Amino acid sequence: MKLQAVSIFVDDQQKALDFYGGVLGFQTAADVPMGEHRWLTVVSPEDPAGTQISLEPKDHPAVVPFTDALAADGIPFCVFGVEDIHAEYERLSALGVVFTQQPVDMGPVTVAVLDDTVGNLVQLAQYTAAD
Amino acid sequence: MADVFKAIADETRRAILDELSERDEQTLFELCSRLAMRHAVTSSRQAVSQHLDVLEAAGLVRREKRGRYTFHTIDTRPLAQIAERWPAKEAPQ
Repeated sequence: MKLQAVSIFVDDQQKALDFYGGVLGFQTAADVPMGEHRWLTVVSPEDPAGTQISLEPKDHPAVVPFTDALAADGIPFCVFGVEDIHAEYERLSALGVVFTQQPVDMGPVTVAVLDDTVGNLVQLAQYTAAD
Repeated sequence: MADVFKAIADETRRAILDELSERDEQTLFELCSRLAMRHAVTSSRQAVSQHLDVLEAAGLVRREKRGRYTFHTIDTRPLAQIAERWPAKEAPQ
């Protein structure tokens, strides 16, 4: 068994694809019409066979209070690993991405938190070499 | 002024002020991460939020809601009262 896909609840699937694909740089892995919505997943180009992220519509009434409460306290929904967090911070800021937390050195890891434009916060993490 | 002394009497609240001194406008998540990773303070998010209530009541922290997010910033002005009340004297020779 392995982790195939995880879901992120998004305000708008197309806007989510524009951000996760166009801005962050993920590739579309699946895009299947499902009536009003799509089964829409993206994957990292660094690991095309790896875990997919499903950009899931916020259909269920419990989802909006949940995602809003997390965002209000600045809590990210998931973590993306990066090679150079300061370079990513500069690159994404230049593209207009809003960060609620600039990179902070937390010892074994340096982390930053950004707004995905579709209702969630996402953490970027760079693990410092264990030495 | 009693509020200020009460606020800074607690070690965790002093750690919160230390971290806020480093950078303005932190979310509750950032503060909790800093406390856990740098001060080994593993208080619950709710407990940290209550510490922030005390600091805010003493005027030492400002909470600002911007869009969906709430940011916390230190305000050191109330601490100036301490130095005004007991001004520094030159050390005896």
